[in-house]
Amino acid sequence: MTKVVRTRVEFEGSVSEELALVQGEDAEAWGEGEALGIVGHAHRRIEGASKVTGRARYTHDLRLPGMLHARLLRSPYPRARVRKVDPSKALALPGVRSVLHRFNAPKAAFRGEETIFREEVRFVGDEVAAVCADTEETANEALALIVVDYEVLPHVVDLEEAIDDASPRIDEHGNVHDADRHERGDVKKAFKDADAVVEAVYKTSTQLHNSLETHGAVAIWDGDLLTVHESTQHVFGVRQGLQAALRIPYGRIRVICDHMGGGFGSKGGVGKYTIVAALFARELGAPVRCVLDRHEENVAAGNRSATLQKVRIAAKAGKITAVAHDSWSNAGQGRWVADPTGPTKGLYDIANVATRSYRVVANTGSLAAFRAPGYVEGTFALESAIDELADRIGADPLALRRQHAASDTDPVSGMRYSLKRLVQCYDIGAEEIGWSRRKAKGLRGSAPGLRRGLGMASQMWSGGGTPPAYATVHLNPDGTAIARIGTQDIGTGTRTIVAQVVAEELGIAIEDVRVEIGDTESPYAPISAGSLTVASISPAIRLAAADARAQLLEVAAGILEVSATELRMERGYVVSAGARTPIAKIFEDLQNYTVVGRGSRMPNPEDRVLKTFGAHFAEVEVDAATGEVFVDRVVAVHDIGRIVNPLTARSQVEGGVIQALGYALTEERVVDRPTGRVMTASLENYKVPTVKDVPKIVVRFVDVPDTEANNTGAKGLGE
Amino acid sequence: MPRASTLMGPGAVDVTFEVNGHRAAVHVPPHRTLLDALREDLGLMGAKKVCDEGTCGACTVLVDGRPVYSCMTLAVATEGRAVETVEGLARDGALHPVQEAFIAHDAFQCGFCTPGQIMSVVALLRERPAPSADDVKRAVAGNLCRCGAYPNIVQAALAAAKKSK
Repeated sequence: MTKVVRTRVEFEGSVSEELALVQGEDAEAWGEGEALGIVGHAHRRIEGASKVTGRARYTHDLRLPGMLHARLLRSPYPRARVRKVDPSKALALPGVRSVLHRFNAPKAAFRGEETIFREEVRFVGDEVAAVCADTEETANEALALIVVDYEVLPHVVDLEEAIDDASPRIDEHGNVHDADRHERGDVKKAFKDADAVVEAVYKTSTQLHNSLETHGAVAIWDGDLLTVHESTQHVFGVRQGLQAALRIPYGRIRVICDHMGGGFGSKGGVGKYTIVAALFARELGAPVRCVLDRHEENVAAGNRSATLQKVRIAAKAGKITAVAHDSWSNAGQGRWVADPTGPTKGLYDIANVATRSYRVVANTGSLAAFRAPGYVEGTFALESAIDELADRIGADPLALRRQHAASDTDPVSGMRYSLKRLVQCYDIGAEEIGWSRRKAKGLRGSAPGLRRGLGMASQMWSGGGTPPAYATVHLNPDGTAIARIGTQDIGTGTRTIVAQVVAEELGIAIEDVRVEIGDTESPYAPISAGSLTVASISPAIRLAAADARAQLLEVAAGILEVSATELRMERGYVVSAGARTPIAKIFEDLQNYTVVGRGSRMPNPEDRVLKTFGAHFAEVEVDAATGEVFVDRVVAVHDIGRIVNPLTARSQVEGGVIQALGYALTEERVVDRPTGRVMTASLENYKVPTVKDVPKIVVRFVDVPDTEANNTGAKGLGE
Repeated sequence: MPRASTLMGPGAVDVTFEVNGHRAAVHVPPHRTLLDALREDLGLMGAKKVCDEGTCGACTVLVDGRPVYSCMTLAVATEGRAVETVEGLARDGALHPVQEAFIAHDAFQCGFCTPGQIMSVVALLRERPAPSADDVKRAVAGNLCRCGAYPNIVQAALAAAKKSK
């Protein structure tokens, strides 16, 4: 039976109530003592062999007969009006098939605008025109032959410059926009009554995703069916974007993402390159590939906003009594903001809190979600301020945090958490790093001029997952199974987790489960972002497998002439009191009968807040003369409910730590103010950590299932 | 060896080299990179084009046993040489020990850098069958991994060395 449910959803820091359709009934959650044989145990990635042999096909690798290549002409100016485009010389080049620009391109809605080629280009790298040619090389050559007449307009690229009233106003509603505010308690009074107040300004730089597979798509029209292969975190999101841009029915669009080379939040939906590929493919009657190069990726495919944050924090009698946090984010041309004040609002039990968050518009590329967008930036500011306050009042920074970390109630909503083990994270991490050695003034370093220190920070993120998500499990006559769900594996190990849950529920071997994902022809699953994936899909997968099992046992009951309730599945057999029948035997007389189980993700609990928590500890040395930081060791402890696959979970955390080290120590997008150009668009100038930059990383999990969250007790970890 | 002038054009030239133990011939313009020759002319998609300017290592292949960035190597420069790509490592359906170790130690996430990482490790182990962790780090220092699988890559390389002994 299908029913409509209302559910609380948290995505990238914002909470909403949504309606979702669900079918069937939920299963009882796998509890803490549940004896699970496959879930919770380390398993190698099931697609491992295809990735180590080069067989795994990524969007970049797709080659089709007659395939043409599209490339984009991008604005060399940070702000300009496109007055005229003359493509004649480009079109005269042998091998060039077509050129699209604002004067000839069909209307195609994209992110609230009616066209993909704007009259006013707004950042260096903004799309001006597109060329389609027989080869990528010819298309590149043709780009240089397109003559564009620009009227250059005043611009601003820097966050603080954009905030300044004296700077050019580049948006009709001004450069600074209200994004979020929160207030609780009596902040003014708390600051007045405080024993100690710390005021500090924190600035964070712009980080570039640099997924190794750049954004790209291949579009194919077969009659009126459009198939798009795209490197994406959300096949259904790409389908929606294509539907909006091209105004064709969903039933005529199929989006596929088999393997993809990283996204980290930046591949959330359709891109202009996708629409360009689809338009050319329709016009020219051939498959069209449009893939960004590394430099384009770093000017036009998203970034983590630079922020300016002002934090005031007060203490009285050894406790934190108030925090005021104002934050400005450089969203570039983005229409949303990843709010950095989230951790200040909700991480600690503090009575008096006031936060303001602003989106600042500038002539740079749009922000895109980037691994806990906003929260990473905000956590840095909040946690730094708490450290400074601890120093001011002579408190141990961990002890100070402990006083505000134990509450089981979300201070924003006033509702109880389904599970919170932050204090346990502190205990594990402090023990592992040897926190008791810490001295407020630091420790002696390993060489003259070096000082050694220990530091820590708390962390909170959503990760509770959400409906809608649906799955099917086909049980074949030989007892093997095929699980289908329209999710994606962006490198986190989704395929393996799906196989584990199916194998666990059906009592079959993990090798006997084939997993089909990354295709809009499968049942819907949400975007692989916001740490949604495991918590959203694993409960639906489990119910689909349970449904398949129930149907099989029903059939078996008829054949074996026993009641279905006396039967269970175990390692490929149907087992009753005293008898074991192979699944294949049950199916023998049923003429290729396939059992199709269906499962839905059930709503989140109404009166609980689902969060994930963690604490990281670091031991570093600092060169007192140069300020250079050498990271010795990082201990990362996370409370994310049940760990489905300890092997891949550890990898996620190590990867997150390394990306964060890059953000903290070596990575920074540099934009030249006079020209608006990104000076760090190559991997030579933009410093992604190498193997040599990695310290010892210790990963620990609390690993207690969140049985109030969903039927597998698992929550998200990816960020 | 053919004279250099016959390989310099103008126009496309014939280049013959060995790829994964087989003789291969391509007809390519002199400026075509080995990476493009492998991917576009021979359909070997293991080596990846991530930067196309010698800064990431995702296109690493072996030429006469030495790891090179194939995006920084011209196809004509491999005339008469032996090229090895990730596609050539498995023998008779059995994975190479380095490939096995990468799976066992979860030494990849998205997998896009993996063919390059593996080729760098394979080259190292031939040169130095019992490497130290520092040797491994030096060998893959030119192979970026944005997912951050580095600790597992080092573990996988050391495990493969141990197993091959």
